[in-house]
Amino acid sequence: MPLMPVKFTLQKRVKLAQGLWMLYWVSVMVGILIFSLGIFFKVELRKRSEMMDNNESHLVPNLLILTGLLTCALNAFGGKVCHDSLDPMKFAKWKPMLKQYFTGCLAFSAALLVVALLCFLMQFSVYLTLAEGLKNGIRFYKDTDTPGRCFMKRTLDMTQIEFRCCGNNNFRDWFEVQWISNRVQTGNVEGKFLMDSVPFSCCNPGSPRPCIQHHLTNNSAHYDYDLRTEELNIWTRGCREALFSYFSSMMSSIGALIIAADMAGLKYLTTSLESMADPENPECESEGWLLEKSVKETVCDACAKLKALIKPNQVTEGEEPTAA
Amino acid sequence: MALMTVKFDLKKRVKLAQTVWFMYWFAVMAGILVFSMGLFFKIELRKRSELMDNNESHFLPNLLIFMGLVICCINALGGKICYDSLDPSKFVKWKPMLNIFLTGCMIFNALLLSTAFLCFLMRIPLQFTLAEGLRNGMRFYKDTDTPGRCYMKRTLDLMQMEFRCCGTDSFRDWFEIQWVSNRYLDFSAKEVRDRIGSNVDGQYLMDGVPFSCCNPSSPRPCIQYQMTNNTAHYSYDHYTEELNVWRRGCSEALLSYYGGMMNTIGALVILVTMLEVGVTVGLQYVHSSLSSLSNPEDPESESEGWLLEKSVKDTFTDIMAKMKMGKGAKVEEGGEAPPAAS
Repeated sequence: MPLMPVKFTLQKRVKLAQGLWMLYWVSVMVGILIFSLGIFFKVELRKRSEMMDNNESHLVPNLLILTGLLTCALNAFGGKVCHDSLDPMKFAKWKPMLKQYFTGCLAFSAALLVVALLCFLMQFSVYLTLAEGLKNGIRFYKDTDTPGRCFMKRTLDMTQIEFRCCGNNNFRDWFEVQWISNRVQTGNVEGKFLMDSVPFSCCNPGSPRPCIQHHLTNNSAHYDYDLRTEELNIWTRGCREALFSYFSSMMSSIGALIIAADMAGLKYLTTSLESMADPENPECESEGWLLEKSVKETVCDACAKLKALIKPNQVTEGEEPTAA
Repeated sequence: MALMTVKFDLKKRVKLAQTVWFMYWFAVMAGILVFSMGLFFKIELRKRSELMDNNESHFLPNLLIFMGLVICCINALGGKICYDSLDPSKFVKWKPMLNIFLTGCMIFNALLLSTAFLCFLMRIPLQFTLAEGLRNGMRFYKDTDTPGRCYMKRTLDLMQMEFRCCGTDSFRDWFEIQWVSNRYLDFSAKEVRDRIGSNVDGQYLMDGVPFSCCNPSSPRPCIQYQMTNNTAHYSYDHYTEELNVWRRGCSEALLSYYGGMMNTIGALVILVTMLEVGVTVGLQYVHSSLSSLSNPEDPESESEGWLLEKSVKDTFTDIMAKMKMGKGAKVEEGGEAPPAAS
C-alpha cells in the first residue's frame, strides 16, 4: 500500500518536472548563499582573531562553506535529473542511481540540521574565547615595541571605538593593569604604574563635556564631576558583551536561515519522489507515491536489510560446527 | 552628397533596428544609474550638511537626478520607435516627429556633456563651503547645551574619527578657539582666570585637542593636553612627534572624499554621454534607411542610410538660410508696417 499516491497524466508530469527544476535552481542559489555566509563569518573571525588570542575555533565557518558547496552540487545534480526526466531515453541512465540519491539527500538534510544546531551551540565557546582573549589583549596593550604584539594597542583602540565599549567587563578593567608603556612612565605600585584612568578610545563622543580619561574616581580632580552619576563620559558597556552580541546575532541568523532552507528542501524533495516513479509508456497515466510501502513496512524492510548484512556470517559460522 | 552612407537590405535593417533597440534599453539602465548616483550624492551632502553650515549647494545632485529621469524617458521613447520601425504601418505615426526628436537628442547630449564637466568643476565652490563650515562648526563644539547646536560636538568627534583628521587645516586650529564649555570651567581657579585673562576675547584657550584627534596607531597613549610643552610629558618632542594625533586637516579629508565621488560620477556621465551619442547615431541610420526605400511600396527593397542628408558644409548653410528666412519674414513685416503707417 503506497504512501500518499497521486495520479499523473503526461501534462501533470511535465508540469511537475518543470516546477521542480525551478525549485532546484532556487536551492542552488540558497547553497551559494550559505557558502558566502560561511566565508563572511570566517573573515569576521579572522579580523578579530587578535581579540580572541588567535585561539578561536573555525569549525562552524568551515562547515558552512563545505555545506554550501555540497548543497550546490546535490541540487545541481537534482536539477539535471529533473531536466532529463522529460526525455525517457535520457532518464533511463539516471534511473538506477535515483534511490541512492534520495537516501543521500535525506542524510544531507539531517546533516544540515546538525550544522544549524552547531551554529547555536558554538556561541558558548565564542563567549569563553572572547573573555580570555580580551583579558590578554588589555595586558598587552602597552607592548607596542614587542614584535608580534605591537599592533594590539591599535586593534584594541579601534575595537573599542567601533563597538562602543570599554575594557573586558567594564571600564574598571583598565584600572587593574598598567596600560602605559614603561618607556614613557616609571612604576609606582610593585613597579607597575597603575592609575584610575582609561585610554582615549573609551571616550563617548555623545558626552556634552570634553572627555575625562584620567583620575576617574577622584571627583575633586574635575570641576562639577561625579563618577556615580556621570553616564555619558565613557562607554559603560564591556567589550566582551559587545563583541559577543555581534557574533551571536550573526550565528543565530545563519542557523535560522539553514533551518528554513532545510525545511523547504525537505518539502519539495518528498514531492519529487512522487514524480520519479514513471512508467514505460511515456504518454499513459501513472501513479506517483512518496514511499512504495507504508512507513512501518519501509522501516521493517530497512531493519531486515541491516540484519542480513550483519548476521549472514553468524549463521554460516553456527552451521559449520555441526558440519565439523 | 550624403555623409557616411551605408547600403541596407531588409535583413540588415532588421538587425540594425534590433541592435539599436537593445542599446536603448541599456541606456535606460544607464539613466537609472545616473539618477541613483545623483540621489546618493544628495544624501551624502545632507548627512554632513551640519559641517558645511547648511550652506552647501544642492545644484549638482538635483541636476543629476533630473538628467537621469530625462535620459530614462528619452531612451524609452527611442526604444519604442526602434521597435515600431520594423512594422511599416506603426512606423508611419512616428515619421513626422523623428527629425525633431533627433535634433532634441543631440541638444540633450550636449547638455549631458556639460553636466559631466560641472561634476569636475563644482569641486571649487565645495572647497570654500567646507572650509567656512568647518571653521564655524569648531566654534560651536562647546555649545552642547544650546538647542540646535547640541549635537555639533558629537558630529565633529565622529567625523574626525571616521575621516582620520583634526581641525580645519591642522590640529593647531583647536588652539585658537575655546572648545571647553564654560559650564565645566572652575572660574574660582587661578589657572582658569589666567588663561581667560591672557587673550582679548576672554576665551579659555589651551594647547590641547579633543580626544577624537587621537591616532590609535601611536605607540604611546595619546597626548591631548599641553601639546606644545615638551617638559610636561616624558620623552616627548612635539616637533618630531608624528603619530600622536592626526596630522591631516578635515577640510582636506572631506574635500578628497567628495572630490573622489564627484570625479567618479563625472567619468560615469561621460560614458553615458558616449552611449547616448551612439544610440542617436543608430536611430538616425534607422530613420534614414527607412525613408530612402528604392521602392516605397515594397518593404523588402534595398535602401541607403546616412548620417547627414547633405555634407556638413551644405547642412550648415541650409540651417543659416532657414534662420535668415525666419528673419526675412520679420523684415518683410517691418517693411510693410512703416509704409502702411506713413
